[in-house]
Amino acid sequence: MSTPLYQLRDLKVSFPDLAHKPLFGAAPRTEVLKGLTFDVAKGDVLGIVGGSGSGKSTLGRAMIRLLKPDSGSILFEGTEIAQLGEDALRPLRKRFQMIFQDPMSSLNPRRRVGGIIAGPLSLQGFDDIPRRVDDALEMVGLPKSFAARYPHELSGGQRQRVGIARAIALKPDFILADEIVSGLDVSSQAQVLNLLEQLVRDLGLTLAFVSHDLSVIRRLCSRILVLHHGEIVENAATADLFSNPQADYTRTLLDAIPLPDPDQIWA
Amino acid sequence: MRDARGQIRRLPGLRLWLSGGWLLILVLAAVFAPMISPHDPLEQDLFAARLPPFWQQGADPAYLLGTDSLGRDLLSRMLYGARLALTVALIAGTLTCLVGASLGLIAGYYRGWADLVISRLVDIWMAFPPVLFAILLIAVLGTGLTSIIVAIVVIDWTRFSRVVRAEAMSQGAMDYVASAQVAGRSRLGIALAEILPNVLPTIVALLTLEMGIAVIVEAILSFVNLSISTDQPTWGGMIAEGRTSIYQAWWVLVFPLAALFLTVLSFSQLGEGLKDYFDPVLR
Amino acid sequence: MSYLTIKDLTVRLKNGAPLLRKVSLAVNSGEVRALVGESGAGKSMIGKAVLGILPRAAKLTGGEILLDGEDLLRLPPKARRAKIGAKVALIPQDPLTALNPSRRVGPQITDRLVDILGWKRETAEARAVELLDEVHIQSPERVMRSYPHELSGGMRQRILIASAFAAEPKLIIADEPTTALDVTVQKQILKLIREMQERHDTALLFVTHDLGVVSKISQSLTVLYAGKVIEETDVRTFFAAPKHAYSRALLAATPKYTDPDGSLMPVPDSIISEVEQEVAAFDAQLTR
Repeated sequence: MSTPLYQLRDLKVSFPDLAHKPLFGAAPRTEVLKGLTFDVAKGDVLGIVGGSGSGKSTLGRAMIRLLKPDSGSILFEGTEIAQLGEDALRPLRKRFQMIFQDPMSSLNPRRRVGGIIAGPLSLQGFDDIPRRVDDALEMVGLPKSFAARYPHELSGGQRQRVGIARAIALKPDFILADEIVSGLDVSSQAQVLNLLEQLVRDLGLTLAFVSHDLSVIRRLCSRILVLHHGEIVENAATADLFSNPQADYTRTLLDAIPLPDPDQIWA
Repeated sequence: MRDARGQIRRLPGLRLWLSGGWLLILVLAAVFAPMISPHDPLEQDLFAARLPPFWQQGADPAYLLGTDSLGRDLLSRMLYGARLALTVALIAGTLTCLVGASLGLIAGYYRGWADLVISRLVDIWMAFPPVLFAILLIAVLGTGLTSIIVAIVVIDWTRFSRVVRAEAMSQGAMDYVASAQVAGRSRLGIALAEILPNVLPTIVALLTLEMGIAVIVEAILSFVNLSISTDQPTWGGMIAEGRTSIYQAWWVLVFPLAALFLTVLSFSQLGEGLKDYFDPVLR
Repeated sequence: MSYLTIKDLTVRLKNGAPLLRKVSLAVNSGEVRALVGESGAGKSMIGKAVLGILPRAAKLTGGEILLDGEDLLRLPPKARRAKIGAKVALIPQDPLTALNPSRRVGPQITDRLVDILGWKRETAEARAVELLDEVHIQSPERVMRSYPHELSGGMRQRILIASAFAAEPKLIIADEPTTALDVTVQKQILKLIREMQERHDTALLFVTHDLGVVSKISQSLTVLYAGKVIEETDVRTFFAAPKHAYSRALLAATPKYTDPDGSLMPVPDSIISEVEQEVAAFDAQLTR
């Protein structure tokens, strides 16, 4: 068996708690991630699920080092990246990418779509950029002409496709998708999920999909990590998790999902 | 939706034309003052003192806007006064903007100790009464154009740094900044290529506002006789002189005051109009 | 006789673009009707029109809004506001912004009772404590003295529900009241709204984009697209077999973890263009 793409060991992250900051002195820190340990194998599609305050987005952002963990280790293909500085991370950046929740705020409103997708490519020294931009747009099912548009001229679903195109254009080894369908209408939600499913298949992506909603990720994810108050309460293969949830919290989550079915009775 | 937006857009258009028009006239007046001035602005003619403007009884058509108590031509003096007003507005406004906006951007995006130092500095600065501060500075530096400009920059950079800092902080929290970081852009690259363009409309609006303020500060300094050498015509100096003869010759006070008012108003309106123009979402 | 009857309600933008196209619907006392649609369908606009809080850019250009048989739109503004204030209440979408952060919770519940209905402050406060107890808040007296930021999102939504029911309104409009909440909290809040609505025999107009939520809260539903009513039926009939192709597509797009292969199907473009044509044909008929 080859080494996993990611190996996380006892990962801890805390934030200053400004609400309880005393008048003088530093704010106390709240632990958001309380020592997480898990692996992500190449080709895995990992769902990271939990309620608000569970630390799921923090975990994602720590994995691609948008924030620095307090302690613990993050091995990316065997390289320790937990405490690397921004300069040392830069060459690694093209290998892990992110798709953001709010496509409006993650696309610079002053750039055209083409420039948004080309930006990371030119920073990372790729050649043949116009062709790569066209390819990325094609892969997410947008016409090439969209390269000349501004983000505010697009619909929510189209913006999210641009976010996906920007991430896959770099041909990364790993993509973090942070709540990328929660702001979308059901119709575009289904389209974006299908697109992602297809890209995972075609490009052999390793993906972490952060979501508060277990019901949208059943088809997409191969494994699911359930977080509650900064701790892993369950880490299971998707089929097992849905057929036989082990943790109480997982069962509570599943029970609370309103199925479009009047015969489902809520206890 | 397009029509609704059209209605909102029409007004800024008009605003831009009116304010831009007045400022253009002013620039032309300042540049060509020696050629178009009907008289030497310093030439005194006590026999032609306090002549009223052309539409009033007893006016001399050679002195279109009348003369002051020393018989100097008001129009010529205002044209020359525009030179100083505009020079100060452009140079002091731009320098203030450069200093203040850079510090604001550094504080707002880099945060940490840089923010701490700059923000404390701003707090301390804001505790000084600005006009007294300016007078004090001129007293130390001596009068003259350079001193005025230095004084304005030193007093007013905080105006930019405060606003730009707040704006840069809120833009810095946006996901497109995180996504640039994911793409491997350096800190400086993010500040200049991602944040600055989004703060630019605010900076432009502030810059033109600052130009207006610079005109006022220069007028105030001239008013208290701390601007440049006393024999050179300035709007503030003219207002100070006009004040003493307001009952005998209102025009000596009113014309430079009106020019000052229109100029400051035009600068601020120009800024609001340009701000919309720089915003691709509104454009 | 329905408590709320809306007939041919038309709302347009100032430039004439339609937001609601001759919408008709009715809600009985004790009934929950869901208003369903994607963003831009105009579902929130209906509630805003009833409450008389349409955004500045929108204008009501036709139709009737009958409350208890009386057309709100024919009442003089003052009488209309008094009637809406006494009979209709709103449960807003975002519990974070719906409460004033710098005031204690208690007065924010009692204000309406005191200012609009002229209750004595003591009576209003006693009623508020009673209501907080009714929405299952422990130690209501303490919560009354709290500031909103000291309370969780679910707690705040409970407070907003309590304050909506405070004046015994006959009609409540709930505008996506659970979209900002976690699923576990959403479940509690939906059950609570249902419980309160049944106990007080209120007519409830429940705006949502989530068909899962619809099946849990309502007896009947109205599906909207681009401000036009696409389908109107009771919940059982709808989930058994939606009549309109767009409704079917919407249902197939809704996530259902028990049926991974039969849910989350994208709405086909052909159906979007079909329903667009239907709306265009409807407009053409109106102008003819």
